[in-house]
Amino acid sequence: MRLIALALMMLALLGLAPPAHADVATGQDAATRCALVKPTDDDTISILGRICDRRQRPPLAVPGVTVSVEDADGNQIGEATSAEDGTFVIDLPGTAIEHLGKSYTVTLDESTLPEDTKPEISSRTLTINIDNDQTVLFPIGDAGPVKPGKFTEAMQLMVGGLVFSVVLAMAALGLSMIFGTTGLTNFSHGELVTFGALVAFFIDRLPGRIEIGGAEITVIVGVIAAFVVGGVFGWLNDAALWRPLRSRGTGLVAMMIVSIGLSLFLRNIYQYFAGAQSRNYSQYGAVAPWQIGDILLTPKELVVILLGLAVLVMTTSLLQFTRLGKATRAVSDNPGLASATGINVERVIRIVWVGGAALAGLAGALLGVTQGFDFQIGFRILLLTFAAVVLGGLGTIWGAIVGAFVIGLFTELSTLFVDPEFKFVGALLLLIVILLIRPQGLLGRAQRIG
Amino acid sequence: MDFNDLLTGSLQQALGPTAVVYCLAAIGLNIHFGYTGLLNFGQAGFMMVAGYAMVTMSTIWGGSLWLGVLVGIVLTVILALLLGVPTLRLRADYLAIVTIAAAEIIRQVISAAKFSDKLGGQDGLTGFIKPFREVNPFSEPVGIDGLVRWGPNDFWVMTVGWSLVAVSCLVVWLLMRSPWGRVLKSIREDEDAVRSLGKNVYAYKMQSLIIGGLFGALAGFVVALRSATVGPSFFATDVTFFAYTVLLIGGAARVLGPVAGAVIFWFLITVLDLFFGQATAGANPIIPASIMNDTQASLMRLIFMGLGLMLLMVFRPQGLFGDRRELAIDAR
Repeated sequence: MRLIALALMMLALLGLAPPAHADVATGQDAATRCALVKPTDDDTISILGRICDRRQRPPLAVPGVTVSVEDADGNQIGEATSAEDGTFVIDLPGTAIEHLGKSYTVTLDESTLPEDTKPEISSRTLTINIDNDQTVLFPIGDAGPVKPGKFTEAMQLMVGGLVFSVVLAMAALGLSMIFGTTGLTNFSHGELVTFGALVAFFIDRLPGRIEIGGAEITVIVGVIAAFVVGGVFGWLNDAALWRPLRSRGTGLVAMMIVSIGLSLFLRNIYQYFAGAQSRNYSQYGAVAPWQIGDILLTPKELVVILLGLAVLVMTTSLLQFTRLGKATRAVSDNPGLASATGINVERVIRIVWVGGAALAGLAGALLGVTQGFDFQIGFRILLLTFAAVVLGGLGTIWGAIVGAFVIGLFTELSTLFVDPEFKFVGALLLLIVILLIRPQGLLGRAQRIG
Repeated sequence: MDFNDLLTGSLQQALGPTAVVYCLAAIGLNIHFGYTGLLNFGQAGFMMVAGYAMVTMSTIWGGSLWLGVLVGIVLTVILALLLGVPTLRLRADYLAIVTIAAAEIIRQVISAAKFSDKLGGQDGLTGFIKPFREVNPFSEPVGIDGLVRWGPNDFWVMTVGWSLVAVSCLVVWLLMRSPWGRVLKSIREDEDAVRSLGKNVYAYKMQSLIIGGLFGALAGFVVALRSATVGPSFFATDVTFFAYTVLLIGGAARVLGPVAGAVIFWFLITVLDLFFGQATAGANPIIPASIMNDTQASLMRLIFMGLGLMLLMVFRPQGLFGDRRELAIDAR
């Protein structure tokens, strides 16, 4: 929108305003919405313009602002105040011929603006070269340092934070469950996440499109495939690498280093086949947001949040209420004892690997839908996933989720106070601080940490 | 395929300044991981703090490189204390996660656009190398004719670097045959047993973390001197992982393990790189471009490295020269 506005300013010729622009204006309430200026039908040259508050969509008119016109020597030759619809008209004295080729500076009197606004540009210089009226636009707001209130901003950040949190929670849950049952600190968990994003991308890139009743659902199928194929990939990971290592009695630290090797290996394989560039899926790239109060929410964000919450509730219910979940928690608590009570530990671990990797794959695909992806998207969020898991308590189910929401919301909300480039730094610092105060994590039990 | 080229290039890297950097970093990790059993995954952070300290001393405050080295050492000790206090009482994997997080914090803060007027942002810093190169005794390229050859600047860095490595190895050897070193090794084997003998395990671990970090600092200084610049890309998380690979190839808990590891690692990595580079170069490459283009060829060494690290850890965790009996790799 802003680009269009800029382009319009460049045009600055009333008669040439593109029709799309006019369409926007027709459906608007003239009293408050920013109206289009109407050319004056006479033979003098007028400078026309409008003052719009662009923080609102559609832009609101800003009435009562004083605008003055000066010629090249600095003499004021006209002044006007913006009307109820934000427009103003300043007639230049004399005939059209007199003004041809001369330049005039139109200046906004900033002291007459409403208190919480600031103009993007407070003066414009224009040269009269056609004997017609001249238009100037003064967009207000957007670029100024005065932003909408902290509360609105916080709510808006909360939306992004929630999206990131549910995705992070899915990744963290897998990591935490695998850690709980096998003791493996899996540095290649990020690659499971990337795998999901790539599976969805592969489906998306297949020739043809998948439709149900005329609606294209290619990416939706891709996301589901990421979940399913991700689970298969997790099973493969376990069967081909981790199970043999466990039966060899390889130590946990050795396995941790193996997982670093695996991470490097997979990450470069991904780059080999998918390239290094950042990618997006063919659908849901740019979705028009809904406006709820002052907050903008895109349908895909809402879907990701709801889907994520549903998946999390489902997973935790499975772990909490089913026999299998009980067995998983038992193995997580004490594998030896669980085995002695007749639980098939290897089977539980296999299921946890499949489930954890499926969640990670889903997280990757959803991350790809919301913000795009590249070959190391998973590696990039790996540290935050670790932070979430450790913060909540290593190996605990609820801890991973709570930790993910703390980290996810903290990274977004911290941008209220610090530069966005430090948002990950803040989350990682939070991790270290929490470890200082409560080493077992928010929900961990003290004896678990050795 | 030019095999002479492969050999020359690989030897040049295997003994060159980059190998020195990873050797020093791995010597530090050897103290942490090999002798004490601490999983420090933030060696790149130690290197970065030290390297930037040395450089900024001369670029921002106009001090000498020696002053920079001193400040770098002080900051490294402070960093080790900061990392050690919250984590050394916890299990090994906590230290791993906190150190890797800390290294990332350091990297993101130093490379932030906000501080780019002082610290150079993503581009890094230059313009400090003159005093170092002024005392360079070499003015001609050095090497063995027909086999390997280094420019005078590189060879000067190598001379300084390998001397540092020699001194470091001597220090490690002396430390580890002392009673202090024996306590470290027993902490690695059984922390509770050491505690029951009345030793302050926490203090020993902290000392180990600081000393190993100082070798990381030396690596950071050499990085800056090698490239005549410091930038955030030299200190990415993967640098620590490479240093671990170096250590594990040579054999952890061996004084000369990191040295052997660094030479072998860089030889192999460069051979692979040059091999795939040549195999995909030219109008009629050995490997057709439909299978592998030159961008993909540059990834092959990392793919092999990841694979190699996994296989090494699975089949020969003691590395080439390590002693399996000594190293209970499952450190606490």
